[in-house]
Amino acid sequence: MNQPDLDALVGRSYRHGFVTDIESDTVPPGLDEDVVRLISRKKREPQFLLDWRLRALAYWRTQRAPTWAHVHHQPIDFNAISYYSAPKSKTDGPKSLADVDPKLLETYDKLGVPLHERARLAGVAVDAVFDSVSVATTFKERLAAAGVIFCPFSEAVHKHPELIEQYLGSVVPYTDNFYATLNSAVFSDGSFVYVPKGVRCPMELSTYFRINAANTGQFERTLIIADAGSHVSYLEGCTAPMRDENQLHAAVVELVALDDAQIKYSTVQNWYPGDAQGRGGIYNFVTKRGECRGRNSRISWTQVETGSAITWKYPSCVLRGENSVGEFYSVATTNNYQQADTGTKMIHIGANTRSTIVSKGISAGHGQNAYRGQVRVMATAHGARNYTQCDSLLMGPHCGAHTFPYIDVRNPGAVVEHEASTSRISEEQLFYCLQRGIGQEDAVNMIVSGFCREVFKELPMEFAVEAQALLAVSLEGAVG
Amino acid sequence: MNASGAEPLLEIDNLHVSVGGQQVLRGLNLAVNAGEVHAIMGPNGSGKSTLAHVLAGRPGYEITQGSVRYQGSDLLALPAEARARAGLFLGFQYPVEIPGVNNAYLLKTALNAQRRQRGLPDIDAFDFLALVRERMKLMQIEESFLARGVNEGFSGGEKKRNEILQMLILEPRLALLDETDSGLDIDALKVVARGVNSLRSPERAVVLVTHYQRLLDHVVPDFVHVLARGRVVRSGDRSLALELEKRGYDWVQEQAVA
Repeated sequence: MNQPDLDALVGRSYRHGFVTDIESDTVPPGLDEDVVRLISRKKREPQFLLDWRLRALAYWRTQRAPTWAHVHHQPIDFNAISYYSAPKSKTDGPKSLADVDPKLLETYDKLGVPLHERARLAGVAVDAVFDSVSVATTFKERLAAAGVIFCPFSEAVHKHPELIEQYLGSVVPYTDNFYATLNSAVFSDGSFVYVPKGVRCPMELSTYFRINAANTGQFERTLIIADAGSHVSYLEGCTAPMRDENQLHAAVVELVALDDAQIKYSTVQNWYPGDAQGRGGIYNFVTKRGECRGRNSRISWTQVETGSAITWKYPSCVLRGENSVGEFYSVATTNNYQQADTGTKMIHIGANTRSTIVSKGISAGHGQNAYRGQVRVMATAHGARNYTQCDSLLMGPHCGAHTFPYIDVRNPGAVVEHEASTSRISEEQLFYCLQRGIGQEDAVNMIVSGFCREVFKELPMEFAVEAQALLAVSLEGAVG
Repeated sequence: MNASGAEPLLEIDNLHVSVGGQQVLRGLNLAVNAGEVHAIMGPNGSGKSTLAHVLAGRPGYEITQGSVRYQGSDLLALPAEARARAGLFLGFQYPVEIPGVNNAYLLKTALNAQRRQRGLPDIDAFDFLALVRERMKLMQIEESFLARGVNEGFSGGEKKRNEILQMLILEPRLALLDETDSGLDIDALKVVARGVNSLRSPERAVVLVTHYQRLLDHVVPDFVHVLARGRVVRSGDRSLALELEKRGYDWVQEQAVA
């Protein structure tokens, strides 16, 4: 394919670029104790939570933003960010979809997320987060019948404060890292899931995130607890409107799996990546960690990262329980001037713990893609095993792929395997497809999907289709 | 114009092609009518594979002179995928592996791309499976093959049989087979020949690019052309291939110089 064709194809714009015109109840930019107290008061939070937020804020003030990641950006002015924004509503909160601001529903429709229909058809309960406050939750009755709690985090704070107090920060403490600490001080809302003992959650749980108000950092907080012998699969998907200035997103996700419990957490992330020159786009600095606290428990992360200007994210597993299993399956793409530094940590503490890491990085345009992964086997982890496979695909001459594996083994019986490869979409593969009559873009998508197949097959069916479509959009015409 | 008064399916006129500044084809002429099988033979470096690739539209070749008409229009003006959709098929000498993309998916996508071009709807999944199974039987390919990655971990013979299978499903009007016989044992060669012969019809033409004449025992050509230094230096019928085998390529090359 020649260069002008390429340039035209690469120069396509973001399909989900629009802004919904909704009045926001936004506090002035800046962060101090008063702002934290205001957030907590607006949410009528119990004292323990306010105290926890304040401790996080005090700690955050002693910290500096990390610089070790393989990404470059201007320093973030944390005083220019507004830390609270809620869509205005005439009532205190919508009781059903009928009460939801029609503008919001319109936005979901544009995104192809018609809550009321698609959710029902797909058997998916959707806890939709619009800016910082959850506005609609569906399928509550069916979940309630199974005893599953799936609600906005702020609601869980009121209805199940004992669970929040017991588990919040137990996997990602407020001292964990700069952005997790910031999140702990100012988190707005998010999802809460509790699956009781022995219950297999009757449907996939899904949340669609969206960033909307200008200059509003978003600080989601998600907590999922799978009690002994339970199973849950959780889907997270995101799109964002077109925007000029960078938006900070610093979410925290904590997962806890008790004895024999299984959590599957899947993400398809499609935030605005910035324009072709690299202007704008979301900064996605996220802390995701799961703890296999009980024996025979299993936590599985699957992510498809196509969006954001900068992605900085390491969904990790702490394998504390004996025989517990951690998995990480990832596809990360960077096009234009996108940067991604992503990977995982597998911390083996219990005996006979096992972990699998499969990472597929795709770089196109001027994209920079780094895999950063840590496998740590503690002295207590007799019989621990890890398998890591890390593949990079380069498209064009200006992109980069980097691999930073950290392996720290303190138990001599552990088996740790690492395989890595870097390849290009070859002109031969492309020509082979063209010669069979398959168009240029379909051919690229086909080859890239093949490269990612091991990860896609881990996604729930519906999501896999969506992920493949997103990948196609984010890489269209990126072959050189 | 040919004997029947119709325009040839493929007409190559004075074709000059260079690769990286090296002249590879230097004034090649060839006309192929529907219903014919042509064999193009020649020593290594004579331009056989270049010809096949240029006709299929592979990037990296510079056409410095001459023209190619296919079904009455300018073939060289079309991008590779449009040539394929117009019924031009290239069986590759070294089919590439595409990991993670299964054979059935590639085949179906290719078939549908060509059907759309002809204004036909996408093929029904069951019809597709029935079609593929029938052709696989002819090519002696096992069912499990469909779920495997394209050419992934295939033996040389499997790759070549896969090329012919694809050809039988896409049913091209003009098939260019680039050294499809190389690296095949005699049994595999017979299977491949059976596949090619099953495609022969008054509407189609086949161009076999080959170094050896043994394939021609099984797929009997109407015409044989010998390529040397980028041009057709001799054309004849089947007996030319046999003579070549006896006397070697030096014989025609000497004649070409003379």
